Amino acid sequence: MTLLKLKRLRTCFPTRDGLVKAVNTVDLEIGANEILGLIGETGCGKSILGMSIMRLLQPSTRIEGEIIYKGQDLLKLSEAEMRKIRGKEIAMILQNPATALNPVLTVGDQIAEAIWLHQTMTKREAREKAIEVLRSVKIPSPEKMANECPHKFSGGMKERAMIAIGLACNPALIIADEPTRGLDASTKEQIIKLMKEVTEEKSMLFITHDLDAAAEICDTVAVMYAGELVECAKTGDLFGKPLHPYTMGLLDSLPCRGLKPIRGMSPSLIDYPSGCRFHPRCDYASAICEKKHPEMVKVEDRHYVRCFMYL
Amino acid sequence: MTEKTIELTDLRRLWDTYSEKRIGVIGLVIMLVFIVMAVFAPYIAPHDPYELYNPMEPPGPDHLLGTNDIGQDILSELIYGARVSLFIAFFVSIVSGLIGTILGLLSGYYEHVGFFIMRIVDAFLAIPRLPLIILIAAFMRPSIWNLVIIFTILGWPITTRIIRSEVLSLRTRNYVEAARMLGAPDSYIMIKHILPNVFPLLVVRLVVEASHVILAESSLSFLGLGDPTAKSWGMILHYAFMYPTIYISDVWKWWMLPPGLCIVLTILSLMFIGYALEELVNPRLRGMTQV
Amino acid sequence: MIEVEVEVRDLKKYYTSGVLKKRYIKAVDGVSFSIKRGETLGLVGESGCGKSTLGKLLLRLIDPTSGEIFFDGINLLRLNRKELRKIRPRMQMIFQDPYASLNPRMKIGECIAEPLKLQTDLTKREIRERVMELIETVGLNTEHVNRYPFQLSGGQNQRVVLARVIALNPEFIVADEPTSALDVSVQAQILNLMKEMKEKFTLTVLFISHDLEVVRHMSDRILVMKAGKICGEEPVKS
Repeated sequence: MTLLKLKRLRTCFPTRDGLVKAVNTVDLEIGANEILGLIGETGCGKSILGMSIMRLLQPSTRIEGEIIYKGQDLLKLSEAEMRKIRGKEIAMILQNPATALNPVLTVGDQIAEAIWLHQTMTKREAREKAIEVLRSVKIPSPEKMANECPHKFSGGMKERAMIAIGLACNPALIIADEPTRGLDASTKEQIIKLMKEVTEEKSMLFITHDLDAAAEICDTVAVMYAGELVECAKTGDLFGKPLHPYTMGLLDSLPCRGLKPIRGMSPSLIDYPSGCRFHPRCDYASAICEKKHPEMVKVEDRHYVRCFMYL
Repeated sequence: MTEKTIELTDLRRLWDTYSEKRIGVIGLVIMLVFIVMAVFAPYIAPHDPYELYNPMEPPGPDHLLGTNDIGQDILSELIYGARVSLFIAFFVSIVSGLIGTILGLLSGYYEHVGFFIMRIVDAFLAIPRLPLIILIAAFMRPSIWNLVIIFTILGWPITTRIIRSEVLSLRTRNYVEAARMLGAPDSYIMIKHILPNVFPLLVVRLVVEASHVILAESSLSFLGLGDPTAKSWGMILHYAFMYPTIYISDVWKWWMLPPGLCIVLTILSLMFIGYALEELVNPRLRGMTQV
Repeated sequence: MIEVEVEVRDLKKYYTSGVLKKRYIKAVDGVSFSIKRGETLGLVGESGCGKSTLGKLLLRLIDPTSGEIFFDGINLLRLNRKELRKIRPRMQMIFQDPYASLNPRMKIGECIAEPLKLQTDLTKREIRERVMELIETVGLNTEHVNRYPFQLSGGQNQRVVLARVIALNPEFIVADEPTSALDVSVQAQILNLMKEMKEKFTLTVLFISHDLEVVRHMSDRILVMKAGKICGEEPVKS
């Protein structure tokens, strides 16, 4: 069953240097109870994709295509209707917990706020619910910690609090934008374990540049490069036998696989290379790659790739 | 590309960011009008502001804003007044800005020096500004230069404190540490690596200080503590208020209102400029585009 | 020639907080080790374990509470400001955030020329030539000279930092998480470049990171740090 479906999604916003085509063009499906990993490097448009689903971008941004959530197109909803979706149906866990939490409000209040915005209940009830949520993300002595301001929380604890805010209204879909960025190896492991637990009966779009984290938590992984998806497969398949040269290059640059870099650098989202957007950096590039833009093709069951080698 | 063209595009970028705020452009236009008025006063003013005509004449073709109680042309007074007000404002803000920057740099960079300077700054900041100005002005002989000295003495501590707090943060930046690792002397680091990065903040501070000074000068002149021979806007107001029937006749419309408006407009334009400049200070908005 | 390039004996750095009731935070608490000439020593530990503080102490960017630091047989803590300034070009540091390591108001060319201007008597033309040479050594394009750091990517900026660092032919480099702000593919590029530089200029390196895999790849020997103390050695091969 499909929970969220993106159809030909395009997101552009104007800047002084030109039109940034941050998402161009993405088709994607997230099933119920599925964890989909979206991996890509800085500036490939993956965060913008997440923000596009929530419709939380600057007013000058243009979003085209369809975002079908439970049968309705989110792009057709009014702002008031969208507000009812945010937090309650689709929640977001932002990157950088240090700045995403308000430093002058207690953590308990910030979680209660999220609950109270969507459900009619007294402040005391919201507060009790908040403590419950804090307990569910395994914050020690939640009754006490709910009354503390964020600066008393360590980096990992703040991340837990962020997850708690996301979970507060029991949403069906969670969009997590780089939740493990800047955390230590051991803290990261704990957070991933926790996220796995709390999303057992939920769907999640897990946006990250951390390949290890994605391998650990996701059911399906999509690789994004220069505004589009280049490969999408079940996690085991993608890491086991990657098909797209970019995915292969990405995996080979991991320290545990020999630190072999991809040459060149990511293109800007303002003007892409012609044809296949990866061809200037690709070892397998041939004449056609320069001229024609490849379409996504199905290679195996649930393994899609955008490359002429598999046509 | 040559270096020159790059400098030009930088300026262009800066102007683009600045002009995005319409309010900043409005402020700049008003300020330019006043500056032109001040610089070219002898050419613009229809009369010599010290020359005596018929007293208390209402506005007419010869005297657009009428004359005052001793027969001086009010419009000309107003135009010459821009000179005094703006001169004091810019002179004070630049001098106190200079002192504040030097002391702010030193006190931010060297901890022990900073401790000492900050105690002096604290002492100055603890004194309420306007009452002290009134007190000093009352005891000193009223003249423009005395006003300049008083305002400078009271202006530098704030600048020092603002610059110092910025330097304290800049000092720990990696690029400053990297410069230290190159064996660069302290003076070099301060001038090359810290000063350019506090400069935007300083510009905003100068603008704000200028508007403070204009207001303070007008208040003092209005209270009769200004230079009685200088034609400042505050002084015009002062004489207007001393005129016995100012409130019951129509005279206030051309004698009191115009200098009051000039003061308000100047301060407003400085505030607008400062507001738009804040945008440039924010490095996230400068050069880079927001995502 | 002395075999040991850097030696640290019982180095401590305590921070105090509170006025009436003094509390000590032991950032570095009695650390001793040595690094041989041409060796890369890896230092791993979680954030807040004091590894960055240790790196800065070694270069005397901050002064230790107690202990001794020898660099090429010279006791760094005995040097006065002037002597220290003289010896500093022989040691360099690479920071985590490439954007923060470069003055945002200086062009790339100026950034790389700066060490040469400060420490050598080269003429303007010679400096320019050397800058171009360095830019190519670190794999950048000569057209980058007139750009500003914010116009470059993180990986490119880290290359600029490398060019600056090797400009004066230093002997010892402290690299504090030089790639943890970068993407994996860029990280691989920078790490390989660093290895290349190390071979070419026979550098002694202290490589600080929280990523054991990365450290394994770069180091000859690995120390593990925890709560301000060295708590053991980690094998290079897993």
